[in-house]
Amino acid sequence: MAKKLPKTDIVLAGVGWTGGIIAAELTKKGYKVVGLERGKERKTEDYLMVHDELRYQQRNEMMQDLSKETLTVRHDRSKRALPYRQHGSFLIGDGVGGSGEHWNGLTYRFFPYDFEIYSKTVERYGKDKIPADMPLQDWGITYNELVPYFEKFEAMAGISGETNPHPEVPEVKYPTVPLKETPSMKMFKEASKSLGYHPYIAPAATLSESYTNPDGISRAACQYCGFCERFGCEYGAKASPVVTVLPVAKETGNFEVRTHCVVRKVLHTNGKATGVLYVDTRTGEEYIQEADVVVVSAYALNNIRILLNSQLGSPYNPESGTGVIGKNYAYQMTSAASTGFFKEKEFNLYAGTGSLAGVIDDFNGDNFDHTDLNFIHGGNIALGHYGKRPISNNSVPKGTPTWGKEFKDESIYWANRSLSVGSQGSVMPNKENYIDLDPTYKDQFGDPLLRMTFNYKENERNQQKYIRDITTKILEEMGADIINSPGDQGDWDTTKYQTTHNTGGVIMGADPKTSALNNYLQMWDCENVFVPGASAFPHNSGMNPTGTVGALAYRAAEGIEKYLKTGGSLV
Amino acid sequence: MSEQEKNAPYLDKRSSRRTFIKNSGLTVGGVVLGGALGSLLSKDSTTQTHETGVHSTATAVNFNQALMYFDKTQFDTIDAAAEQIFPKTEVGPGAKELLIAFYIDHQLAGSWGLNSKEYMSGPFYPAEASSLFGHQTHLNRQQIFNLGIEALNSEAAKQYKAKFSEITAEEQVAILQAFEAGEVTLNGAVTSTYFFSLLKSATIEGAYADPLYGGNKDMAGWKMKNFPGHQMSYANIIEKDEFVKIEPTSLNSQHKH
Repeated sequence: MAKKLPKTDIVLAGVGWTGGIIAAELTKKGYKVVGLERGKERKTEDYLMVHDELRYQQRNEMMQDLSKETLTVRHDRSKRALPYRQHGSFLIGDGVGGSGEHWNGLTYRFFPYDFEIYSKTVERYGKDKIPADMPLQDWGITYNELVPYFEKFEAMAGISGETNPHPEVPEVKYPTVPLKETPSMKMFKEASKSLGYHPYIAPAATLSESYTNPDGISRAACQYCGFCERFGCEYGAKASPVVTVLPVAKETGNFEVRTHCVVRKVLHTNGKATGVLYVDTRTGEEYIQEADVVVVSAYALNNIRILLNSQLGSPYNPESGTGVIGKNYAYQMTSAASTGFFKEKEFNLYAGTGSLAGVIDDFNGDNFDHTDLNFIHGGNIALGHYGKRPISNNSVPKGTPTWGKEFKDESIYWANRSLSVGSQGSVMPNKENYIDLDPTYKDQFGDPLLRMTFNYKENERNQQKYIRDITTKILEEMGADIINSPGDQGDWDTTKYQTTHNTGGVIMGADPKTSALNNYLQMWDCENVFVPGASAFPHNSGMNPTGTVGALAYRAAEGIEKYLKTGGSLV
Repeated sequence: MSEQEKNAPYLDKRSSRRTFIKNSGLTVGGVVLGGALGSLLSKDSTTQTHETGVHSTATAVNFNQALMYFDKTQFDTIDAAAEQIFPKTEVGPGAKELLIAFYIDHQLAGSWGLNSKEYMSGPFYPAEASSLFGHQTHLNRQQIFNLGIEALNSEAAKQYKAKFSEITAEEQVAILQAFEAGEVTLNGAVTSTYFFSLLKSATIEGAYADPLYGGNKDMAGWKMKNFPGHQMSYANIIEKDEFVKIEPTSLNSQHKH
């Protein structure tokens, strides 16, 4: 029998960026918040030995232990899904701070077009532009409505950046100056400019200068140590929940974090949640934490899983297109990247930071005319200077053997002479890309694993062909001696790292028939449950999602306060 | 020192952090660099007085150079195979000199070899899984290496009537190519291609992982690739046009004062 604990105002299932933001905002207002985190406690001092590529990058030190819980994956409904037995295509974090500890820190705002993608596509190109199997939807909120929340997130994290010069993109003023520009970024900028594009330095959560945020939290400037993505920051220069929102919440005295506690279910009766059922994995005991508001803040994928295992909301049915939980799962595409090899130039590629990049948005969103193109949306194009580490950096010109003498000598020769121009390709929703529960495989408690049914569809494959020509063209303009241009986007490879930008499954919108959440991320079907995270995205854009996730979390925090005061549906 | 660095107050107001930074006592260019990289582990550990670290002299004994998992034949087989994947060339040392087979042995002995942080519950469908779905066998890496090594030697015996480690480099390469192409049948639920991919990635890791794992001897892998290893800051060089060569440092330096 699960032991019942005294009721609190708000319980969080997961203590990462979204849980942390909600904890900070609500505890400041005097509400009591209990955060349940399945992983361990984290602090900056943990990163004493962080410059260890094997441990953190190859062995995924900061990621979820898949022996306890994973998901199953397949390309389409006709196939049997197989377990995602090892980390590959994406990396799900755990521990206090969640993925917010090991992210790169690239902090964009999705475009005005993204939030009204259906209306704007129909308006500019007509209904026929949208394929029958693409459930494209507006988000139920506009960019302008979200601006104050973007600003809150950027001020809290101290985003370093410069205004995007593209005429279609709204101007943003960042709290700190852009990061330093490397010679290769300058080459990218000059080449892009001479091709008529609009390059700028990416907005970064790795501070360019020391900064004190509105909560009074001070952090130091980034040292460009080259160990950022997949690693924790030993300086606290990279904004993470552990060095920003969580200390603020703790200082109020209204926040309690219980680590090693896995939420199995949201408990509910008559359309109202009463609390959550969780297991303390150290004692093995089960508890019920009652609360007025339940926040499911466990990362996009786990959010879907908790709702499905709780039988909250109606599960999506790909056959009929009805139901919402698990609908519009989307991802991103990184296969349009080209690599250039420069004989005459050696770059300090061991140096860098996770969000140091030159970017263009000329082929992202609807910033270019799609009238004669066989796809919608696009992706950003960037030259990143993230710090290249020797186990994973072995770029060689096409045709070089993959092992043996020639490989060894070539991979060493080009290690500091090669640059990649990559793209984060957007992924549009498709009726056949969705998440449900696996009929066979179970987690450590015997609960069903998630089943992911996903593949890249025509829209993505066409987009990739278009973007890869541009990444190659930029490298030509930069003067690369040899260029590796990519082939076609094949079937989704679950083993090769692409991106941890998993989105959708608990999407927001204006209509309860086609969305799970309203624009406060409040569940239509259960008014005291809020589900922040990229699971709320009805499609995925061509840039990193965290800025938009953060803004929506601030919006949800406001919604929770309103709900606690007035009750009922907020829209 | 740049203006930015002069002005950067690395010490924030929170006292716990200040204490932490003070304890670390590490400076670069006169600026106290705080955070977790300061060496908190003091020199009180007596075991460190032996010359086992990366800064040891050429004559020092490397106590790490011993086997945790392989038997002698298995070790010799992997030592030879890894040398073909990452051979000694004019550019620098190969797998044998870098102690890559010791690295692989040590990795197999631990959680990597036992797949202990991976989902290993059945049912398994190795035959219907394409390579896009990764590891789909009930075998762990120890078992896969056992099967792979056995097959390397049985191929060598069949073709050349000798052990894999005794045949010529060209003969070894030809067998490894057949493994990579999936042309050899292993006596278990795994392909020779998958075994080869594990061996290849482990070999690269052994060349370039921090020497604390037993390979990359004397940081020679890093030196070849001009990778500086563990450094405090590149704030001074990030904008530089010319390539800056830095003598590498390993994580072992965190334990020394």
